[in-house]
Amino acid sequence: MANIKSVSKKTKAQAMGMHTEVLTGRTQQKFFNPDEAENFYYFGTYDVDFNKRTDLDVKDMTAAEANKEIDNLMSQGYGTIVIKNPQGKHSLGVGILNKLNLIFEGSLGYFGMGSCDGPIVRINGRVGWSCAENLMAGKVVIEKNAGSCFGAAIRGGDLICKGSVGARTGIDMKGGTIIIGGDAGAFTGFMMQRGRIIILGNVGINLGDSMYDGTIFVGGEIGSYGSDAVDSELTKSDQDWLRRKLKVAEIGESFDVSKMKKIVAGKKLWNYDNLEPTEKKGAI
Amino acid sequence: MCGIAGLIHRGKSSKVGHELQGMLQALKHRGEDSTGYALYGDTDGKNFIMRFKVGENVGEGSTSVAEDISVYDERKKIVDSYLLEMGAKIIKEERILPYSLRYEIEYNKKDLLEFSQKIESIPGVEILSMGKSLEVIKDLGNAKMVCDRYNLDKLVGTHAIGHARMATESGVDIKSAHPFWGYPFSDVSVVHNGQLTNYWNNRRALENKGMRFMSECDSELIAVYLAEKMREGASLEEGMKESLSGLDGVFTYFVATKDSLGMAKDTMAAKPLVLYESDDLVAMGSEEIAIRSILPQEIDTYDPFDGEVKVWQI
Repeated sequence: MANIKSVSKKTKAQAMGMHTEVLTGRTQQKFFNPDEAENFYYFGTYDVDFNKRTDLDVKDMTAAEANKEIDNLMSQGYGTIVIKNPQGKHSLGVGILNKLNLIFEGSLGYFGMGSCDGPIVRINGRVGWSCAENLMAGKVVIEKNAGSCFGAAIRGGDLICKGSVGARTGIDMKGGTIIIGGDAGAFTGFMMQRGRIIILGNVGINLGDSMYDGTIFVGGEIGSYGSDAVDSELTKSDQDWLRRKLKVAEIGESFDVSKMKKIVAGKKLWNYDNLEPTEKKGAI
Repeated sequence: MCGIAGLIHRGKSSKVGHELQGMLQALKHRGEDSTGYALYGDTDGKNFIMRFKVGENVGEGSTSVAEDISVYDERKKIVDSYLLEMGAKIIKEERILPYSLRYEIEYNKKDLLEFSQKIESIPGVEILSMGKSLEVIKDLGNAKMVCDRYNLDKLVGTHAIGHARMATESGVDIKSAHPFWGYPFSDVSVVHNGQLTNYWNNRRALENKGMRFMSECDSELIAVYLAEKMREGASLEEGMKESLSGLDGVFTYFVATKDSLGMAKDTMAAKPLVLYESDDLVAMGSEEIAIRSILPQEIDTYDPFDGEVKVWQI
């Protein structure tokens, strides 16, 4: 594949200093160039029409059958799909890589909406562990509560829970925004590397433990701070952003964001001390 | 990983055997090496019900050594003679399987420690449960297999806890299966999902105090730990709260007594639990699909937080 050392012209990302690696030999690493977008093919995606709507009752289906049927409907151009009777099944709605309006009339089990890139999803119920894990883009709204590992390792998009969430929310997240209307459990933001978490209620012990970067906003009480999580000044631009975000999320629009606490990484982790400045930039 | 489930009806009885079977069967993907039920049935409360085994299930997948079936009869005879010796009268006896028995006995002494020690001094004999309401039934296989084998479907009661086990740290046998009886307290049972990392330290300390362990399954420690706390005078809830710091590792466990059901979750919240609570029913399980097996309609559920302890009364 690409041999970066032999490429004389820098990519846009390299020119901006986002990637400074000088790789030799064979590598699988590719950098996305917007000019070449048309040459990229995203396997398993469909052009759908949001005005084309259908219902799907998954009561007597396995998760695999339900997901296959969703895929089949998207291939027929359906852009709005209402899922009836999900009944807490695991792994529903996973791997959707195109824009889609998806509505669940009920609750999901584990790994609901995992590894998605683009859909707008409303879940009129509760979700189990690891909802929207690895979300790349799109928006997932949960009307009730969520289990642990909510939004684990998300890269982008908005993940909104109007109720409370379990432990390790936003663990290992690398981008995007997670918004919680209620309380959050222990180890929220554990090892987060980028992105933002907003919690309007209380949060449990070890908040932001071992976080590398990113920002956590908390409206209620904090059980305890994790290793390397420190307070930071809540700026006016932070407050403006919070108001905008909460309004768009249809959650806590009247919430007084000026009293929220802002938590960031102290960046005292060993690897930060040992890295060169350019390497630090690459790491985050 | 293992799966646990429990339910308690408040103010009424129901077919808890059937309901728990449905909940545990929904969790069978979490482990089906063995399945166990702790059912709290409707009884007149006069006599003790003793569930015990005189051997192991040596069927497919078992890690137990096969024995000649005549050994079971010999052990049963000794149990009968010991009961007579201790002044216990057998009112009704059922031999459900060659190795599994259920006795209804009249026994007037309150302290079950001496009683249990005497019965379990017979090699190969283990009391699975002793109580005036509690019946622990556990065997190899998934929930439906065990339910059918022991005809649990029709058992009516107020509450129940159960466990679908994937054996990781000890054998595939009945002695390592959950639930564990809170020996020597009548009507106390425990199921657990997780791993306890200070098992041996705690076990040694408890054994030095005279407590008994029948298996090398770390989950048994919870039952013994709570029994020891209660023996020292703590209430069930106090014992459970102390266990959050006394037990090291990751765990979610349920405890049931004659009239209550409790749950505890460790401070790392590493093991799952979903809970549904209404005025007349509390149902909980490792996954929501367990609750959905008895409540298919849309319901509000939530995950208890880290370090949370809850106890409900019937």
